[in-house]
Amino acid sequence: MGTSLDIKIKRANKVYHAGEMLSGVVVVSGKDPVQHQGLFLTVEGTVNLQLSAKSVGVFEAFYNSVKPIQIINSTIEMVKPGKFPPGKTEIPFEFPLHVKGNKVLYETYHGVFVNIQYTLRCDMKRSLLAKDLTKTCEFIVHSAPQKGKLTPSPVDFTITPETLQNVKERALLPKFLIRGHLNSTNCVITQPLTGELVVESSEAAIRSIELQLVRVETCGCAEGYARDATEIQNIQIADGDVCRSLSVPIYMVFPRLFTCPTLETTNFKVGKARPQEDTEAALHGGPEARN
Amino acid sequence: MAVFPWHSRHRNYKAEFASCRLEAVPLEFGDYHPLKPITVTESKTKKVSRKGSTSSTSSSSSSSVVDPLSSVLDGTDPLSMFAATADPAATAAATDSSRKKREREDNSIIGSDFEPWASKRGEILARYTTTEKLSINLFMGSEKGKAGTATSAMSEKVRTRLEELDDFEEGSQKELLNLTQQDYVNRIEELNQSLKDAWASDQKVKALKIVIQCSKLLSDTSVIQFYPSKFVLITDILDTFGKLVYERIFSMCVDNRSVLPDHFSPENVNDTAKETCLNWFFKIASIRELIPRFYVEASILKCNKFLSKTGISECLPRLTCMIRGIGDPLVSVYARAYLCRVGMEVAPHLKESLNKNFFDFLLTFKQIHGDTVQNQLVVQGVELPSYLPLYSPAMDWIFQCISYHAPETLLTEMMERCKKLGNNALLLNSVMSAFRAEFIATRSMDFIGMIKECDESGFPKHLLFRSLGLNLALADPPESDRLQILNEAWKVITKLKNPQDYVNCAEVWVEYTCKHFTKREVSTVLADVIKHMTPDRAFEDSYPQLQSIIKKVIAHFHDFSVLFSVEKFLPFLDMFQKESVRVEVCKCIMEVFIKHQQEPTKDPVILNALLHVCKTMHDSVNALTLEDEKRMLAYLINGFIKMVSFGRDFEQQLSFYVEARSMFCNLEPVLVQLIHSVNRLAMETRKVMKGNHSRKTAAFVRACVAYCFITIPSLVGIFARLNLYLHSGQVALANQCLSQADAFFKAAISLIPEVPKMINIDGKMRPSESFLLEFLCNFFSTLLIVPDHPEHGVLSLVRELLGVIQDYTWEDNSDDKVRIYTCVLHLLSAMSQETYLYHVDKGPEAPELVGPFLLQQHPGPWGPAQQQAQPALRQPVAPGPEARLCGHQDHGEDSGIHQEAKQTARYGSSD
Repeated sequence: MGTSLDIKIKRANKVYHAGEMLSGVVVVSGKDPVQHQGLFLTVEGTVNLQLSAKSVGVFEAFYNSVKPIQIINSTIEMVKPGKFPPGKTEIPFEFPLHVKGNKVLYETYHGVFVNIQYTLRCDMKRSLLAKDLTKTCEFIVHSAPQKGKLTPSPVDFTITPETLQNVKERALLPKFLIRGHLNSTNCVITQPLTGELVVESSEAAIRSIELQLVRVETCGCAEGYARDATEIQNIQIADGDVCRSLSVPIYMVFPRLFTCPTLETTNFKVGKARPQEDTEAALHGGPEARN
Repeated sequence: MAVFPWHSRHRNYKAEFASCRLEAVPLEFGDYHPLKPITVTESKTKKVSRKGSTSSTSSSSSSSVVDPLSSVLDGTDPLSMFAATADPAATAAATDSSRKKREREDNSIIGSDFEPWASKRGEILARYTTTEKLSINLFMGSEKGKAGTATSAMSEKVRTRLEELDDFEEGSQKELLNLTQQDYVNRIEELNQSLKDAWASDQKVKALKIVIQCSKLLSDTSVIQFYPSKFVLITDILDTFGKLVYERIFSMCVDNRSVLPDHFSPENVNDTAKETCLNWFFKIASIRELIPRFYVEASILKCNKFLSKTGISECLPRLTCMIRGIGDPLVSVYARAYLCRVGMEVAPHLKESLNKNFFDFLLTFKQIHGDTVQNQLVVQGVELPSYLPLYSPAMDWIFQCISYHAPETLLTEMMERCKKLGNNALLLNSVMSAFRAEFIATRSMDFIGMIKECDESGFPKHLLFRSLGLNLALADPPESDRLQILNEAWKVITKLKNPQDYVNCAEVWVEYTCKHFTKREVSTVLADVIKHMTPDRAFEDSYPQLQSIIKKVIAHFHDFSVLFSVEKFLPFLDMFQKESVRVEVCKCIMEVFIKHQQEPTKDPVILNALLHVCKTMHDSVNALTLEDEKRMLAYLINGFIKMVSFGRDFEQQLSFYVEARSMFCNLEPVLVQLIHSVNRLAMETRKVMKGNHSRKTAAFVRACVAYCFITIPSLVGIFARLNLYLHSGQVALANQCLSQADAFFKAAISLIPEVPKMINIDGKMRPSESFLLEFLCNFFSTLLIVPDHPEHGVLSLVRELLGVIQDYTWEDNSDDKVRIYTCVLHLLSAMSQETYLYHVDKGPEAPELVGPFLLQQHPGPWGPAQQQAQPALRQPVAPGPEARLCGHQDHGEDSGIHQEAKQTARYGSSD
């Protein structure tokens, strides 16, 4: 192995908030002395938008790919052209996470149609004979925790065959009554979603009750906007024919990266739809009761 | 050839003895002594040990000798340091001061009186078995399509990597059908191994997948009889996983500078470790299915310690609630059991969630009788009475966890709650098996009442009575209730139709009966067992239980005369008709007899019964019996023979030995024991007669000697024969049976040429010469005191022996032959003395005859061996036929050596 380049960020979880100091080291290591034309460090933050083929059509999706929006981009020269001694050299760096102008540091988010990503890139320029060395490293930006206490907004719900939407033949559905409540419809992203659910009665034996987390992403473009709902994760909260009138907890940890606080900008929006509970009846291929 | 005249040195044994004796020097306590044990000083302070190490030269005389090992250490002895730190912890736990302290020492909270899971494990595996075919369904890769939407969120790289893993898995892990139980167990074990391998090769994702797939198997309740065992097998894997994760994160906390203490707080954990730990929890939180998510999270519950102090106490209630989502009551009760187990291990002080588990369980209890479960049972063809006991292991465990060190009020409350529920036999059973025996025993009448009220169709009643019986065996019910309890219980037990059920129950209750009642009741119970087990030879299927009944009975009746007077005891023994089992039982009886019989006995009942028992054991010996087994049997029979004594009735005793010989002829050690016993009997007689045998006792002693003489040849071991010949010869000599003694010695001499070069000792071939040497030394020592036969010339035995030695082919390069000749020289020299140092004493009435006849001094090589062989010779011997020795003059023939010896030693006084 020749020379290698590595970036080590000080925080193990690589999570930073706006305004904080991001620090770390660039590690250059090699057996022989390394001649170079300068070592540069770049911070980059972009929002990538993509239109879904479903909502705008295949061609549009292909042609009209929306330009990435740059949130942050700056480069500094860490080391002037010269030579690194053989062995391991650590070059520390440190910079505050600030954005220019009216831009906002959105929270890192890996979605389907919207991607918000922050990277650190380190480039080592070298002479013509040797290839330039590059190393990238993602770091994560979380928005600052909200100030002030969130007022919980609990919601009660009841599910019966009548409350279901998009059912073709309502008569075929077995009778059931499910009550429950969510402790809050506004959630802090770091806290799990909690609530309770009680099966008061069900004609058919229950096979499974599942909780589905759905995100809604909206991308704006020249022709208007595209709105898409996709599943993030599906969690089973009851397995088998649960005991009637016994409360079953609803509990879901929001997966980091794949979720982010509800976000609205001029160009795109990310929101979470209310999670859905699915109840599957015991009959094989039986109708799905869906909220 | 010139002959050098040999003279033996004159010795004055008395003077030598006086001069050789060591002088006793009184020793002051605390004096220096080289053999005095070194005491490790438990150095409380550094000061002491430093002082000790610098002044090590003078320390030898001080009472606290400084151990060189401890002086190397700068400071206290690590072991005593450990003890010092352990002490305050123990006292803290004992005083129950504060919860925080307890948290730190959680090991000390679960005491040894808490029956660990490990001991339940094997029991469950053995009890819940099936002959039906099982299947393992491992969808390692097949979820790919199904989870497409979910994985779409993952980055491309992660997905392809996972797919690669899937592909890797798909070849080997698929749905496996038609497995036998053993196959199933093996597969699970393989999975356990592949989990470890995956972990070791850093494939954490694969390891997690294996664990998830395994815990998924727990949601499958087909072949329901096997479910408890399946639970045990799979939770083993989960335990492995939990341990691996914990250790990994723990090792991340260990940096170069410091090692994390056992009871760390989350502040000491570094960020990387915390981050990894969090990652595990997030990953597990996103497992789709409920049951794997629950089990995997529970398995790494301990890791919460890295994140926050309250982590575990927050997690446990949440997980407890989570179980409510499990619909199948059997699956959920086992999930609860697992949570309780993990909870007890990790945070035994958190009792609340245990209780919550219990109450939640009661809430869902009615589900067992719900339609879903009933339908399932119909499909699988399982009856309710065999379904309900499947709950027992899990419930027992939950109950045990709750009731451990629980206050009486809680137990009472739990019982009340159980009572309220209909058809509570299952609960009742678990209450009885988990709660403190004392608690149950004091309320046994209540329990009997409750058991009676139970619905017949549900949980089998005999199991309930069995559980109650187990408690009563451990703790005593109130005095006044005892008989009533037995009556009530036995009334039900005796009505059980199925002999298996019956004997399982009876086995337990026998202990209670033995403990609190007399032989009359025990006899009644045994009679009842016989009555139930005899029809259709039902006992053939229940040997283990019957055996355990016997064991319990003999454990409580140490007095064998009482035991054998229990009317039904011997008929009970007759039920053991399979030979191997019968021998086992006999062995047990003999073991107890040997252990508890203090006094020798002549009780004809005991003798008859035990002779029968021993005969049974002996008759089981055949060509295929192992050496060890034979040794064991012989040991037991010998123990019995030693315990038989008819007191002064020596003839009876001898006839017993005769009978025993005819009975136990196949066990050599027993024959050897019999010969020794008879020899002892002869010496005993001599002692009673004070050395003067009457006509009658002389005849009796000769009978004893004859017994030995005809028994010895039937032995196989050549050295056993040789030594016994010598020994019996000595006894005969002591009892004035001179011609018999002569016969013994001659027999021994004629046997020597047959000694093989190599003999088998403990399965290994060893050269025999050293044994022969020892024997011969011994023999020569004896020959010193053997009078010559009147017709065979002087020293005829010695000469004969020398001839044999000369002809014997000795090992080429050994000095044994020379050693023997030196012994002979010693002998001759001893014979040439005026007085012999040892001799067979004549009786006290004729001390003057002692002088010339026998003597002793014992030079080197054969000393120790001789001492052990000669106990018989210390007794006085009555004067008798040795008159024939006098007037026997015989100089002349043979070598010069002999002449001299003969002249001086033997016949000096008779001239």
